[in-house]
Amino acid sequence: MKISRKGFLQIGGLSLLAVAGKTAIAELLGKGEGETPSPPGAAAATRWAMVVDSAKCLEKDGCTDCINACNKAHNVPVINDPLHEVKWIWKEPFENALPSQESAYTEAKFRGKPVMVFCNHCDNPPCARVCPTKATWKREDGIVMMDWHRCIGCRYCVAACPYGSRSFNWVDPRPYVAELNPDFPTRTKGVVEKCTFCEERLYKGQAPVCVEACPEKALVFGNLADPKSEVRQLLESHYTIRRRPELGTQPDVFYLV
Amino acid sequence: MFMIEKAIVGSRRYWTWILFLLGVIGVGFVCYLRQLSYGLGITGMSRNVTWGLYIGQFTFLVGVAASAVMVVLPYYLHNHKEFTRMAILGEFLAISSVSMCMLFIFVDMGQPWRVLNVMLHPTPRSMMFWDMVSLGGYLALNAVIALVTLDAERKGVAPAAWIKPVILLSIPWAISIHTVTAFLYSGLPGRTFWLTAILAPRFLASAFASGPALLILLCMLLRKLTGYEVGTKAIRGLAVIVTYAMIINVFFLLMELFTSFYSQIPTMMEHFQHMYMGMEGHTSPLLFWGRASLALMAVALLLLLIPRTRRNERTLAVACAVTFLSLWIDKGVCLVVCGFTPSPLGAITPYVPTPPEIMISVGVWAVGALMITVFYKIALSVREGAEIWIEERAATPLPAVK
Repeated sequence: MKISRKGFLQIGGLSLLAVAGKTAIAELLGKGEGETPSPPGAAAATRWAMVVDSAKCLEKDGCTDCINACNKAHNVPVINDPLHEVKWIWKEPFENALPSQESAYTEAKFRGKPVMVFCNHCDNPPCARVCPTKATWKREDGIVMMDWHRCIGCRYCVAACPYGSRSFNWVDPRPYVAELNPDFPTRTKGVVEKCTFCEERLYKGQAPVCVEACPEKALVFGNLADPKSEVRQLLESHYTIRRRPELGTQPDVFYLV
Repeated sequence: MFMIEKAIVGSRRYWTWILFLLGVIGVGFVCYLRQLSYGLGITGMSRNVTWGLYIGQFTFLVGVAASAVMVVLPYYLHNHKEFTRMAILGEFLAISSVSMCMLFIFVDMGQPWRVLNVMLHPTPRSMMFWDMVSLGGYLALNAVIALVTLDAERKGVAPAAWIKPVILLSIPWAISIHTVTAFLYSGLPGRTFWLTAILAPRFLASAFASGPALLILLCMLLRKLTGYEVGTKAIRGLAVIVTYAMIINVFFLLMELFTSFYSQIPTMMEHFQHMYMGMEGHTSPLLFWGRASLALMAVALLLLLIPRTRRNERTLAVACAVTFLSLWIDKGVCLVVCGFTPSPLGAITPYVPTPPEIMISVGVWAVGALMITVFYKIALSVREGAEIWIEERAATPLPAVK
């Protein structure tokens, strides 16, 4: 059989298209990559959540223990230039963190006071929805996770997050890590990162490092799917609010006010 | 092959221009290498304003690419013969614009080495996936159409019949590329400035004003430089399209302003306030651009609406330049940056593009200009040849698709 150059190129081009299209079609038919399985030892139904006791948090003025512990545990670079900052957990004025609650007569103890904010690990995360490579996704235990080796740095997730919880590495972060923790990966420039609910610690049965570091025990972490868990008990007995609930993202972080 | 031989013979002026563009591309490339080694921190973008000039240019140019449909549709679908000599110019403008779009996306990536992850892990729930599909498809469609029609013209025959459905497909496809681009923005829950159903229609309206305005200017330039005449009727026809599109665009903008300011919902007003009025205690560079865009839009509308200034080619040229500029500012600068300011946490972070960022952008524009130059050179050489051939034969008029 003789194949002309033109015919060869046509067949070659069509084959390439077929290979490229196969994955996309499989994805459309719902046969794409599955979700990451939960770590071994995790309860059958797990839904990690955090309750922040805002009043308790304010008891020790100027405390940054949780931030420092998190930064240290996760090699979060401390960049002073606010344009290039990387933040996993930080303080935000009450009115900015919870804009739906904003009023000229906010209770004096909260007015202009800082509230701890971090990733909300939404039940319906817009960041995971928009990611073009599935480099960020929601795990079955509710954690919104990232793959720093797959992220192409398009920052679509940063635009999609209504809480400003995602940081992009505008420059190489490694020179800004004061004390390197060899047990946790550092990141490279050009990828997005955020709080992971310390999934590497949950895996070992430990609570997130910020929860452990808080001297006032203002951060309560637990399994929302377990009715006997501390978080569920707190939610049952107290009035709590979430950040921008009107957006339908269903945050798994609750604030006691 | 691909008639490239027509692009490598040219006058001194032609080559000077080509070398100039190559020089600009070279400077942009060097700046890009610096960005590659330092990171996107070399740009003016920041934690709060995470997209800037690059994505703005991308968005604007998708519009220019889509606007080719404003020539293709009347010509092929309604047999609007005036556009005979313009259709190919529109198609090549679309090809060049889509190529620039892709380059702007590429230079905006934090990890450009991993760009193929988008195909390796296709994610249909992400609008970016569909943007890739629609842009890639549009590029392929236009490349095939331009090549086949031009090749037929070179041979002095009517193009193959199968090209007609391809051309028809390119019409809705053009609408789709800009719709999907608007969906990139308008589906994000926390960004109220973009969270509006009118974003896609407004994108299309502004595209159908800015793209044809550019095409009119290019046609005038071609006439001056090469003597290639698309015809007064074609230019006037296109000017009417620009006028209608500009009116619709401004109408949509006014609707946005009404909804935001009459409802008095702070998150809906604040972005427009930031762009057009300024916010208390903040002097934003965006204020200048926002107001300039509004003023230029008004001037453009005036020049386009008055029949005398629209029909006079000198004032029409000014009107087109002003239209293009006002919409470039609106979409290429303000749209993206303003969507990020104020941030969802209320932060107002000024964004000023840095010199390397500007040079990279200029470099990508220069790539587009180079493509247009070469494509137009080829198209015109082919057409000249065909016309001489036709004159010699004193036979049928220019072949067109039936």
